[in-house]
Amino acid sequence: MDSVTQHNTQQAQRQAAMAVLAHAEAGEIAARLRTIPLPGHQDLREPENGLVMLRGRVGGDGAPFNLGEATVSRAAVRLASGEVGFGYTLGRDGEKARLIALCDALVQSRDFGGLVERDVIAPLREQLMIRRKQAAEETAATKVDFYTMVRGEG
Amino acid sequence: MYVAVKGGERAIENAHRLLANARRGDQSVAEVSLDQISEQLGLAVDRVMSEGSLYDRELAALAIKQARGDLIEAIFLVRAFRATLPRFGASAPVNTGAMRVQRRVSSTFKDIPGGQILGPTFDYTHRLLDPSLSQGFVPEAPAVAAASTAPTPRVTDILGRDGLIESSPQAEDGASVGDLTREPLNFPADRDLRLQNLARGDEGFLLAMGYSTQRGYGRNHPFAGEIRFGEVEVEFAAEDVGFAVPLGSIELTECQMVNQFKGSATEAPCFTRGYGLAFGQSERKTMSMALVDRALRARELGEELGAPAQDEEFILSHSDNVQATGFVEHLKLPHYVDFQSELGLLRKLRKEFAEASAEANAPDAMKEAAE
Repeated sequence: MDSVTQHNTQQAQRQAAMAVLAHAEAGEIAARLRTIPLPGHQDLREPENGLVMLRGRVGGDGAPFNLGEATVSRAAVRLASGEVGFGYTLGRDGEKARLIALCDALVQSRDFGGLVERDVIAPLREQLMIRRKQAAEETAATKVDFYTMVRGEG
Repeated sequence: MYVAVKGGERAIENAHRLLANARRGDQSVAEVSLDQISEQLGLAVDRVMSEGSLYDRELAALAIKQARGDLIEAIFLVRAFRATLPRFGASAPVNTGAMRVQRRVSSTFKDIPGGQILGPTFDYTHRLLDPSLSQGFVPEAPAVAAASTAPTPRVTDILGRDGLIESSPQAEDGASVGDLTREPLNFPADRDLRLQNLARGDEGFLLAMGYSTQRGYGRNHPFAGEIRFGEVEVEFAAEDVGFAVPLGSIELTECQMVNQFKGSATEAPCFTRGYGLAFGQSERKTMSMALVDRALRARELGEELGAPAQDEEFILSHSDNVQATGFVEHLKLPHYVDFQSELGLLRKLRKEFAEASAEANAPDAMKEAAE
């Protein structure tokens, strides 16, 4: 694998992990992380709360416009082995941002990447999929089945 | 002359203590929690997030509790809070076409791909008060059905394929997006600024203005092409990370209004459109917003002008309930000095009037003196 492909693959893995972690509670992530032996790590950036302006598009698919802001918390963590992880999440839960950053650093680590995927990300992804499936099934039950009333005899 | 009047501090302090007690109400009644507000008064939370222009359910619930349920006061609190945080940047525009829909209806096409999905709606309820809700109500578990994996494309995209509806205006690459929280609004305002203004505008104001277009003040013949509510993913291109970071998801309501068609000598006639988008489940708000957005395009579309809803300066200057309530409610703050000067002027005018009347009532004496 050439270095560009490798870089893209790792970026896709990190994004996929973040997409799962952003939907989990801080407590759930922490509980999963307790099941693996963690390497030494330190905060590169303390959790910080701020805002991100959320954008929509005119007509859903046109030029962007500013819809309104959302609170976002972010943090950065560095492993003793040098990998730097970033955590961003909607809301103001700094601890969650820190845990996501730690996971992001672990995902990049040769020694811990597989472990964190197997014991943290995958179970949380499965939980998320179960919740989404449940919601989708409840929604599906409210779908209208039109039928045509035939009146008279042809 | 500026005269400072002091002496209200103790009264103010005690009034706020009294307010804290009034807010809590009868202390033998359980205190309402933020979770309860967020879970059970969810649409109030949605409105406060939309018009407070800040997506954060917990903060909106706190604002509602602090404001004793006064939603405009709560919106004010949320707006003030957002000024305390730094802004990290702007998200990538959300893709409402990829929404995990919880509700999606079209009044223009019965058979839309993905179907008509009612979701949690007040529509078709009988609007009769339900005494069983007064306490201890446990709802029946939701019904379930096999979920379809079929996509739910926007109805306007389907119409767009046949050229039956105008396409959305596109921005040039790298064009900046107007932000009225950073620069004051100038007129004429572009569509991006108008939509930002309407998105945080007062629901009641937009409802009345949208309604006025239906009643004939700037009629634009609307159909609810589609209303969808659900969850969309948010991504943020974080500079330090170097790629688009998923931040989680938000709930949005989108309304695509399909309006009267227009053509010209050079362009085939097609439907025009108005757009509404808001945080949470905010159907009335987004429908009103879409009607007003369309009305504000009257000049662009060469329509006859004159209705209030078509007047950009009027609409955009009066839609914000925080500004409006600030200016209306400031009237109750002390204006003693202003009023004293008015009173002084009025007394002088009345005195002059009385003197002039007295002169007019004694014309003979005056006349004689003059002769």
